Amino acid sequence: MSATAEKGSYVGSAVKRREDKALLTGQGTYVDNMAPVGTLSLVVVRSPYAHARVTSVSLDAARAAEGVVAAFSAADLQDDWKAAMPCAWPVTEDMKNPPHYPLTDVARYQGDGVAVVLAETRAQAKDAAELVEVDWEPVDAVVDVAKALDDGAPLAHPDLGTNECYVWRLDTDATGQAIEDAEVVVTRRYYQPRLIPNAIEPRAVLAVPGAAGEVILYAATQIPHILRLLVAATLGMSETKLRVVAPDVGGGFGSKLDVYAEELLAVALARRLGRPVKWTEERSENYVSTIHGRDFHTEYTLAATKDGTITHCRARVTAAMGAYLQLVTPGIPLLGAWIYAGPYAIPNYSVEFTGVFTNTTPTDAYRGAGRPEATYVIERTMDALADELGVDRVELRRKNFIKEFPATMASGLTIDSGDYVASLDKLLEHLDLDALHAEQAKRRENGGAKQLGVGFSTYNEMCGLAPSRILGAIRYAAGGWEQATIRYLPTGSIQVVTGTSPHGQGHETAWAQIVADQLGCDIEAVEVLHGDTAVSHAGLDTYGSRSLPVGGVALCYAAEKVVDKARQIVAHQLEVSADDLDFADGTFSVKGSPDKEMTLAAAAWAAFAAHDLPDGMEPGLEATATYDPPNFSWPGGAHAAVVEVDTETGDARLVRYVAIDDVGTVVNPLIVDGQVHGGITQGISTALYEEGSYDEAGSLLTANLVTYLVPSAAELPSYELDRTESRSPTNPLGVKGVGETGTIAAAPAVINAVLDAVSHLGVEDIQMPATPERVWRAIQEAKA
Amino acid sequence: MRRVALTVNGTGHELDLEPRELLVYVLRERLGLTGTNVGCDTSSCGSCTILLDGESVKSCTLLGVQAEGAQITTIEGLASDGELHPVQQAFHDKHALQCGYCTPGMVMAAVSLIEHGEATDEAAIRIGLEGNLCRCTGYHNIVLAVEQAAGVMGKAS
Repeated sequence: MSATAEKGSYVGSAVKRREDKALLTGQGTYVDNMAPVGTLSLVVVRSPYAHARVTSVSLDAARAAEGVVAAFSAADLQDDWKAAMPCAWPVTEDMKNPPHYPLTDVARYQGDGVAVVLAETRAQAKDAAELVEVDWEPVDAVVDVAKALDDGAPLAHPDLGTNECYVWRLDTDATGQAIEDAEVVVTRRYYQPRLIPNAIEPRAVLAVPGAAGEVILYAATQIPHILRLLVAATLGMSETKLRVVAPDVGGGFGSKLDVYAEELLAVALARRLGRPVKWTEERSENYVSTIHGRDFHTEYTLAATKDGTITHCRARVTAAMGAYLQLVTPGIPLLGAWIYAGPYAIPNYSVEFTGVFTNTTPTDAYRGAGRPEATYVIERTMDALADELGVDRVELRRKNFIKEFPATMASGLTIDSGDYVASLDKLLEHLDLDALHAEQAKRRENGGAKQLGVGFSTYNEMCGLAPSRILGAIRYAAGGWEQATIRYLPTGSIQVVTGTSPHGQGHETAWAQIVADQLGCDIEAVEVLHGDTAVSHAGLDTYGSRSLPVGGVALCYAAEKVVDKARQIVAHQLEVSADDLDFADGTFSVKGSPDKEMTLAAAAWAAFAAHDLPDGMEPGLEATATYDPPNFSWPGGAHAAVVEVDTETGDARLVRYVAIDDVGTVVNPLIVDGQVHGGITQGISTALYEEGSYDEAGSLLTANLVTYLVPSAAELPSYELDRTESRSPTNPLGVKGVGETGTIAAAPAVINAVLDAVSHLGVEDIQMPATPERVWRAIQEAKA
Repeated sequence: MRRVALTVNGTGHELDLEPRELLVYVLRERLGLTGTNVGCDTSSCGSCTILLDGESVKSCTLLGVQAEGAQITTIEGLASDGELHPVQQAFHDKHALQCGYCTPGMVMAAVSLIEHGEATDEAAIRIGLEGNLCRCTGYHNIVLAVEQAAGVMGKAS
């Protein structure tokens, strides 16, 4: 595998990324790099309180400050909003969705915007924002998810009379046996800490107005198409008047999969003032004004027969919504709802999610979104069940794996393909478990400070959002298709337009690999365009590991249409039947007369010149395909963490991390490995380092990169990766998603390893993140 | 306003700066060198790392006026005659960048680490890059890239 991939076999080759050169030489096009002449700098004045009524806002001093062009309160702008901020996923008919607007006169979380200032420069706008005088009347705040449904708890939205947003259930009962009546029942409680996504590029928006009411919105977003639809709808604009451009975007991880107040404000204010308006988020601002992830309390039960056959799983989840519902906030638990049995064949299935409001930054999609929360509780409880049964943790997993594919699970969905046994076997080959256990035994015997633990996580997940019919059935407002256009230019260069919107995933390279193979051309002939609604007219963007299994597959169907049309042209010109033409390596040849041939590029010229096309055929060689996947995509695999715990300080360090993933066909192993590395890192970080926490009044304690630990290279090991490959039978490429697998798998492997390292000291539970203090306290409590 | 003379990527500039302007904004907004990114407001992320008189510095930790007389190299000044610097080339070869936002700072920090002879092994590289955060790559390929570049630059152990 190397960059010297050859024509016809780009898919599967480690083609180096064409995106890199600009990014490596300082020529990235991130939104904050743009500054059209006359741009105004926008600053949002935010609530320091988690819950407070605004009794008055005085903007006079700010308006009089140097360089200030305008300042507005919530009331000043209320008529600009034709609808409340959008939530696209009303998960139940009676879900509560209190309306919220880009500015408010009742702050319901620390960071809620109450006024804006616009000035000629960023410094002037910031200075003037300090002069905005707001009178606050603080109200009791509800912060802790676990207490939010208690009688007498403060209410995030007093008008609702409750903090409960919705209850959603999925139950099956295959055997008629109650879970309590099973031979062995293990129940554990877990908390998934609130996580702060921390894409290294903070959010940024620039709205540039035109003369006829149109606006170009440049946004650091994962979703230019969805943003166009929903910003236009919220502002009562025609979509034709709004062009959204996502230029280079510096990471997302779900946090740029949203419609934010600042995007709406920038467009509304640019139209009002007739000047470009730019807002660039500061990092500490990002901690309160960009969505958070997780914050789930889960009670999870596994039941089994004495021989270790698992018969039931049950999850009871309380999930934080935050103060309001953002784009897909209430749906996040549902993204894991069908996989609470993990890769195991468990006939009785029950999940229940209760969404609750708290006076905190809204939650929404963060890498994995609903699936890490599921995998974590399953894989930790698998270890607990193995211990309860007195059987080997690895063998309990193996015994209960789903082994026949496609597999329809008790939860109702069908796994396309997989081979969980093969992944586990390969993991064990890499791991040398006997040597690790010998080392662990030696250290235990020596009684030294540094103890060793090994933890496992065998997982599957559903991604590749998503079959539109299923999305409709679970009340998501839109579909899950993706669009691709392939357009031959006269000289044989090829433009590919995709509806996906990469922000680090390398679609320009990988999509060119796919198209070049389909058309049998040189990869350099293929240009990939994306992220601008004026160029890519239709698409549903990038999230949920959907880009390859939906958008990448759309490329294949568009290529098929291009080749079909070219075949008609070639048949006409060579005066043969289309059925008599073979197509390989970019050339059509006549069966039985291999010297009679015509290239696809020549057919493209013929289509452009249009001198001699079949009767009735339109000139030009271009095709668009819109692909709606028939199923989700189902990656899986087996991960193991080896952790060293210093029992004197509580410090837990990764010694090794081994990951075997099955993501179907690999288009570019370089990019796939990179996705896995990054995903694992966010999972490890969840397990050991990251936790967004509030004080009782709802003030964010971990409010910047100093107090919230995003790990550096120094905290992490290198990773050992390998793959098994179960092609997906649902698409012609055989591909599955890969962007979230590492994050979904890693956290339980790490925590299971930490526990394994100190289990001989009597420690049975450590919650995430396993900070030195938590580990040390757990050891002390076990000793006591 | 105060007049400041500094050299950036070999070109001399005389600028009238407000005393409170951070060097990173002088580079980005006064000189249009937007390759140096801003990722935080607490000097934590390292996205804005540059070389100042040969030392890697987070350009958000200095005021522009403090750079009086300095020789500064930014990411835009690293490649020469259209040829990538060995560190840039290694980042490309090893897929050591994804979204690219931390990349300019990470590359500049790596250049400094290697030139100081401190990129001697994996552990040293990991500690040496502690001040630069990446959220995409998990650092695995960054370490490989720095090892490759150190070899090419004759600075490996």
